[in-house]
Amino acid sequence: MKETKIKTKNLTLFYGAKMALNSISVDIPENEVTAFIGPSGCGKSTFLRTLNRMNDLIPGVKITGEVLVDSLNIYDKQIDVVNLRKKIGMVFQKSNPFAKSIFENVAYGPRINGITDRKKLEEIVERSLKNAFIWEEVKDRLHDSAMGLSGGQQQRMCIARTLAVEPEIILMDEPASALDPISTAKIEELIFELKKNYTIVIVTHNMQQAARVSDLTAFFYLGELIEFGKTKKIFTSPDKKQTEDYITGRFG
Amino acid sequence: MSKRKSLTGGIFIGATALSAFLIIAVIIVLLVVIILGGKGTFSWEFLTAFPTDGMMKGGIFPAIYGTALLVLIMSVAAVPFGTITAIYLTEYASEKSILAQTIRFAVRTLATVPSIIFGLFGLGFFIKFVGGGMDNFFLGGELKWGQPNILWASLTMALLTLPVVIVSVEEAIRTVPRELREASLALGATKWETIKRIVLPGSRAGIMTGTILAVSRGAGEVAPILFTGAAYYLATLPTSLSDQFMNLGYHIYIMATQSANVDQTLPIQFATTMVLLMLTFMLNLTAVIIRARLRRKAK
Repeated sequence: MKETKIKTKNLTLFYGAKMALNSISVDIPENEVTAFIGPSGCGKSTFLRTLNRMNDLIPGVKITGEVLVDSLNIYDKQIDVVNLRKKIGMVFQKSNPFAKSIFENVAYGPRINGITDRKKLEEIVERSLKNAFIWEEVKDRLHDSAMGLSGGQQQRMCIARTLAVEPEIILMDEPASALDPISTAKIEELIFELKKNYTIVIVTHNMQQAARVSDLTAFFYLGELIEFGKTKKIFTSPDKKQTEDYITGRFG
Repeated sequence: MSKRKSLTGGIFIGATALSAFLIIAVIIVLLVVIILGGKGTFSWEFLTAFPTDGMMKGGIFPAIYGTALLVLIMSVAAVPFGTITAIYLTEYASEKSILAQTIRFAVRTLATVPSIIFGLFGLGFFIKFVGGGMDNFFLGGELKWGQPNILWASLTMALLTLPVVIVSVEEAIRTVPRELREASLALGATKWETIKRIVLPGSRAGIMTGTILAVSRGAGEVAPILFTGAAYYLATLPTSLSDQFMNLGYHIYIMATQSANVDQTLPIQFATTMVLLMLTFMLNLTAVIIRARLRRKAK
């Protein structure tokens, strides 16, 4: 087992009076792909969003427990949430390019980090797009609007945009759910490459996808973590009956 | 019974159709009368020349220039101020906070205050209090800022048009999708960087609409500038913020009530009205088009 990158301890989250996560404790290892699966509303996306404090933006959210990234509690008052998010990138369900050129989209993160040197920016943009497997498709139209890309290309560009900030962890919230099978395959291939350098946590509705891309799988149900373990084991001989029922398609 | 029902139904339909027709008829009559009355006088020369012969003849250039300058200075004041307020209301204040609710209440109230009240406020606050205070403080009591001028008139007008700007910009800011804000924040941008780089550029069309609507309103209102800076007649154009100015709406009022021979200046009144109507119509049309495109984009 590799070293733990993210560790949660009794993480509980309320939306107003409704409990959305009930005392979740997991160890997410470095440079592996960890998948969160479970039926809609089970809390898997909510849990993912606690890992880079994206839920801070939603009014009425109350969180107790701890999230440790590199052994530091990210909910500690000392933590600068802006720096935290530079370290923990996020790719969303719906590709969300800015209404800017491809170049400006990818350069957005470096620019807010104060990089203004044109050469340096060009370097980062090229490297990020290459690492996201989209360089060849867009290298001749870097200054065209990103809105003109196909859905799958937009999503890979959004991954490139995340890579440009040089995070250590990448959170992916159903990154392929809106894409066709070919685009999905490209994203999965990309995830496989990225895990060499990044710790990846992915939420997915698609169980085959979880089985294909992940090393570890966590099964959530009604805000509880039911089972967490090696993907192979979860998909072949889960310990819990609920997990088995879900994976074999008996509910959800 | 059923016959009677269908009769009342028919009367009702007729009444609604008649009301609708009346509204259209009023607009058509209004336009026809104004155009017929003004078209003989309206010319390039009318737009570009000064009034002559004690304002009995000549053009209305100073009034057009004064109106343009008025709305320009007004926009410089109202648009940034209104935009910043809208940003505060949408991005920073929580919906339920007492401060945000108070601001919203104030904006709504400001929008319903009769325009002459703004004029009186401008006279009391800007001219007497601010201007008079400046004269006493900087000029040892010499009268310069404590009298009507284009600056005070523009600022008074800015207060009147502020709600229009705030509401338009708020609407535009709300159309910027949450996903884009989240994308920006997830890349390590601060809230302010997100507003500056994502939200405001995405609200450009709304800020533009708000500005145009404010300009169109400001170009047509007379009451707020009555005591605060509009002049009956000036032989020169305003060159300083402390100068008075002529204005299209005020010019119509003057010609219709104070001119030496009201009947003789009737064609000038009609033509001036035509110019003012065309100006506000074009501005409103532009705003409507931009707003429609904005709403389509939001869907």
